[in-house]
Amino acid sequence: MLVNFFVRLRSVITISALLLWSACASAAYELNMPVGVTDTSRSVYDLHMLIFWICVLIGLVVFGVMFYSMYHHRKSKGAVAAQFHESTTVEIIWTVVPMLILIGMAIPATQVLIAMEDTSEPDITVKVTGYQWKWGYEYLDEDIQFFSSLSTPREQIANAETKGEHYLLEVDNPLVLPVGKKIRILTTAADVLHAWWVPALGWKRDAIPGFINDSWTVIKEPGTYRGQCAELCGKDHGFMPVVIEAKSEEDYQQWLADMKGEAAQVAAAEAVDREWTQEELMSKGQEVHDGVCASCHQAGGTGVPGAFPPLVAGQVFNAPEPMLQPLREMGFLGPDNTIVMGPVEQHTQIVLKGIPGSAMQAYAEQLSDAEIAAVITYQRNSWGNDTGDVVQPSTIKSAR
Amino acid sequence: MVQAHGGYYVPHGSHWPIIGSVGLFLFMLGFASLLNGGGAFWMYAGGAVVIYMVFGWFSTVVRESESGTYNDQVDLSFRWGMGWFIFSEVMFFACFFGALFYVREYSVPWLGGESRFITHDLLWPGYDAVWPTNGPGEIGGEFKPMGAWGLPALNTLILLTSGVTVTWAHHALKENNRKHLIWGLAATVGLGALFVILQAIEYSHAMHDYNLTLQSGVYGSTFYMLTGFHGFHVTLGAVILAVVLLRAMRGHFTPEKHFAFEAAAWYWHFVDVVWLGLFVFVYWL
Amino acid sequence: MSTATHVHEEHHHGPAPGLSRWLFTTNHKDIGTMYLLFSLLMFFVGGAMALIIRAELFQPGLQIVDPHFFNQMTTVHALVMVFGAVMPAFVGLANWQIPMMVGAPDMALPRMNNWSFWILPFAASLLIISLFAEGGGPAAGWTMYPPLVLQTGAAFPYLIFSVHLLGMSSIMGAINVIATILNMRAPGMNLMKMPLFVWTWLITAYLLIAVMPVLAGGVTMLLTDKYFGTSFFNAAGGGDPVMFQHIFWFFGHPEVYIMILPAFGVISQIIPTFSRKPLFGYSSMVYATGSIAFLSFIVWAHHMFTVGMPLAGELFFMYSTMLIAVPTGVKVFNWISTMWKGSMTFETPMLFAIAFVILFTICGFSGLMLAIAPADFQYHDTYFVVAHFHYVLVPGAVFSLMAAAYYWLPKWTGHMYDEKLGKIHFWLSVIGVNVLFFPQHFVGLAGMPRRIPDYALQFAEFNMISSLGAFLFGFSQLLFVYIIFKAIRGGQQATDQVWEGAEGLEWTLSSPPPYHSFETAPEVK
Ligand code: HEA
Ligand code: HEA
Ligand code: CUA
Ligand SMILES: [Cu+2]
Repeated sequence: MLVNFFVRLRSVITISALLLWSACASAAYELNMPVGVTDTSRSVYDLHMLIFWICVLIGLVVFGVMFYSMYHHRKSKGAVAAQFHESTTVEIIWTVVPMLILIGMAIPATQVLIAMEDTSEPDITVKVTGYQWKWGYEYLDEDIQFFSSLSTPREQIANAETKGEHYLLEVDNPLVLPVGKKIRILTTAADVLHAWWVPALGWKRDAIPGFINDSWTVIKEPGTYRGQCAELCGKDHGFMPVVIEAKSEEDYQQWLADMKGEAAQVAAAEAVDREWTQEELMSKGQEVHDGVCASCHQAGGTGVPGAFPPLVAGQVFNAPEPMLQPLREMGFLGPDNTIVMGPVEQHTQIVLKGIPGSAMQAYAEQLSDAEIAAVITYQRNSWGNDTGDVVQPSTIKSAR
Repeated sequence: MVQAHGGYYVPHGSHWPIIGSVGLFLFMLGFASLLNGGGAFWMYAGGAVVIYMVFGWFSTVVRESESGTYNDQVDLSFRWGMGWFIFSEVMFFACFFGALFYVREYSVPWLGGESRFITHDLLWPGYDAVWPTNGPGEIGGEFKPMGAWGLPALNTLILLTSGVTVTWAHHALKENNRKHLIWGLAATVGLGALFVILQAIEYSHAMHDYNLTLQSGVYGSTFYMLTGFHGFHVTLGAVILAVVLLRAMRGHFTPEKHFAFEAAAWYWHFVDVVWLGLFVFVYWL
Repeated sequence: MSTATHVHEEHHHGPAPGLSRWLFTTNHKDIGTMYLLFSLLMFFVGGAMALIIRAELFQPGLQIVDPHFFNQMTTVHALVMVFGAVMPAFVGLANWQIPMMVGAPDMALPRMNNWSFWILPFAASLLIISLFAEGGGPAAGWTMYPPLVLQTGAAFPYLIFSVHLLGMSSIMGAINVIATILNMRAPGMNLMKMPLFVWTWLITAYLLIAVMPVLAGGVTMLLTDKYFGTSFFNAAGGGDPVMFQHIFWFFGHPEVYIMILPAFGVISQIIPTFSRKPLFGYSSMVYATGSIAFLSFIVWAHHMFTVGMPLAGELFFMYSTMLIAVPTGVKVFNWISTMWKGSMTFETPMLFAIAFVILFTICGFSGLMLAIAPADFQYHDTYFVVAHFHYVLVPGAVFSLMAAAYYWLPKWTGHMYDEKLGKIHFWLSVIGVNVLFFPQHFVGLAGMPRRIPDYALQFAEFNMISSLGAFLFGFSQLLFVYIIFKAIRGGQQATDQVWEGAEGLEWTLSSPPPYHSFETAPEVK
């Protein structure tokens, strides 16, 4: 009954508030939680507004009484202090009434929560893996797998260019999903905690290394929905957005077909058996370096003192001993902590397997043979490094 | 509370606290430098300063106590202080016990497929979650767990006996029987030392014969952290009791006033109870 | 030397000369002063970091700092504010006030009192040193979640040891408070006659002793995971990164009440004074404080709704969290009933207290919204949360501290502060703080995650407003410092009672009070 009362009350107030807000909304910013495009997001929105208005109401009463008292019971108006200071009856009343209000809130909250837990019988299952600092998507029933990272140019972030409309909320490969299908989303992480969040879906879920969380969604309308990583995951936590493209069933099928076709093409282009020219490797290598390695080692290979080693021979790397030791052992650190270009085989191993216990992760799973060959070639022949080494994809394949 | 109010002893300024702070600071700076691959000099230096401070501070307190500076109200303050300190220690151990229960009840079964079977199927297929375990990654390699009925059972017996001897000493003190007091304390200290020695033997056994180390997954982690912190507390408790023993031999304490003795005994019983928890949950179950 | 002469001699000692007065002191007032000044300094250190954060967030794009440094600022700002500013400030108040309020000569364990203070500057130094370590300072948030925190460079052990020291200091401070309250009360001052500030501190001290060791244990596990190969938070070894979150929040939630319960105490002293009317519902206030403390132990996982707990867990923590609104509501209602039919005047302490009641209630409402688990799936880790907790911490805890400072400053220094400047300070603060934090609700709801150095364009306007508010609020605090030092140096002589409606033992002492508060215990009827 109480609930009903509030629900009705809410709808009245919501309408007036919506009018108010739509005025604000015309100025291109948002003040409130998005209503979203799933049943979940809508019921969460309703719940949010319900609680919000109950709180506003309580606030009005409480502050109303308080301001009334502050106005009338002031000494300057000649008020004389009463001396009452106890009443068990009122104490009981204001314990019980909030209790009832809380129960009124808890009931709808419980219903929404229970509905959100049911991940059974999905049409599609997508595994989402958080990496520092990008997302990996894997369609478990389709054999499709790709990475999705920020595509906003670095110049925009550095304020050297004007910022685009979707500044920081755009990626190279969005997650493509069909509308009207129950999609089960499995979240996990490869390195540290992340959280996968698209407000329009109505929830976020933490991505935890070594564990998998599952959630589900049914998107109602085609469109592009943007979100961000929502758990601090290090330096570029603010730069790993999530973009979903929701397509109609036909478009989705088309996309699947394209992906498989394109995937085949990419595979051909990167055919490991082919001899690559140095130019080809260098240009692809730069792409990979700037996209993957530069967030730590920097685009110019200069690294960050104390945290990320430079990739340029002759530069000094000052860092705690546990960080230096593996570098020295693998032949990348000379006297006085200067970087040297160690053996190419070791370089390959580092990229493939990472350095355990450090921020250097294993890229064997994430990058193709050609990409690894290219980036190693690039790094060994840029910024004054002149090893002349040319690494072929076939070499990487056998080194795996 | 009423009677002694005006006589509450408020000491002069004391230089011990600041020395203790400097000591702790140096110790931690040194330890940090050691962990970062540097030298350990400041760690030892800081440790020495802290020990000096403890020695000096307690000497002052003992002197004041023996000269009758403390009235009953001061005594009660000490009691509250010691009681709540022990409570804080209980919570410290509770944290590690909590971790043990969490891994045994939640994380290990989850990794093994219980209620979160996706985690198991996709990430750790083939992992069989039986305690003790070093996890699906088999961190630290194959190991054998520590059984309950060898040395640990003996150690339980030793600690329980020491609980009896310290109580015996307390009764002796209250009956003003100095000889029994000293014997009771000596026996307690001896049993404590024996416990620590046996624990060391057990550790060496576990490391060399069972390949059970701190690195052996969560089992190794919880095993060594719990027993290690406990062993450290036994050592500390035994040292405190040894000091009390020395004081008893010098004729300190009266049948009415002997808070230092009681504090040491409380601490010892606390260590004892923690061990029982360890024996049941780490070794036995 | 006989006992009697000894004590006699002690009592007629004034403070020792020079620096040794402060280094070696065992006097609760000296120690209280040091706590308060230290926390004021830390407030500015932490505030300066907050201003760096707000300056970077003034506009989209990276302008001032790089992302790694930004994260260091977020992390250390929070740690400094929580452990360096707010907590020590309340211990400082406890030191000054509790002996005077219960009619004791000093704290129960005066030497340990000195130590619990003198650990703090060293702990803070370790934390600040860590910022200059190779690889940068701690940058994983004040919550220190693994595995990220394990990527910290040379700063890592400094962070951990600093937390250990801060914990030791808090535990010793808390033990002292409990022993003082339980053992040092004047004859007749039974528990249910104690001022509410004393009550709230008694319960806070209990919380501190119960949870600081748990935090110490948790960070110790971090240390061994990083340096000694343990697997507490590593799934491959059978552990779980989420376990740290459980440990942290088992500490962390009581911790937030540690920062607000003494504030409740302060407000419960001030409102009756300026309403010239006894506190309404004293005993229900005590029971409410106790209930809040009890509930605070069983709500921790409301910070972790999105980690994927089983349904039963989510429900349990949702319900228990919502329940906290009941005893907290009792407090708010009692304060308002105290004001009702009083004879109010609005000096600076009262203004801050009223702002506290209003703004704290607003924060409580946002807290309640966060407690609704399915809605928290949207709010979590956004600026909505940042807005929520700053409303409790700044216009909540910090305002109560300012109220307390104005309220007791005349007692401590013997001089009235400058009432006009105090009022200006209040209005600048209350406007600044709302401009600073209110817009953060909006950006949070609209989807801005926390802990990011750069943001999408739709959040630009409100961030700019918020940053302007931050600078207004921040620089107004320089006025606060000026007012305090002005009152220390001189000003109109304060009477013993100071405030017309003030009641309690501390107001029976001279202003400033004698070096040893109550040499002979007062009789409390
Ligand atoms: C002093 C500190 C303080 C205080 C007092 C509170 C009080 C409360 N907090 Fe807050 N909280 C923090 C400090 C604090 N919090 C911090 C620091 C964080 C973030 C940490 C981090 O992640 O870094 C946080 C985060 C936080 C979260 C996690 C959000 C997330 O990360 O997703 C939640 C979720 O439940 C929450 C809830 C609450 C609730 C229900 C209260 C309640 O106690 C509020 C109760 C008060 C009222 C409700 C108002 C008065 C009552 C009435 C007038 C009665 C009538 C009212 C009703 C019946 C509704 N808080
Ligand atoms: C008691 C605790 C407390 C207090 C008082 C404050 C006070 C403030 N906080 Fe803080 N804050 C936290 C606790 C606190 N905060 C916590 C726990 C977090 C979460 C951290 C995390 O995510 O891990 C946080 C995070 C946090 C963020 C989010 C960062 C992010 O997510 O990336 C922001 C952003 O606006 C912020 C801002 C501020 C501001 C502007 C103030 C202002 O009130 C400060 C007022 C400013 C001053 C008082 C400065 C005065 C200085 C001068 C006038 C300059 C002169 C300087 C000198 C003389 C040295 N805080
Ligand atoms: Cu990934 Cu934050
Ligand atoms: Cu909380």
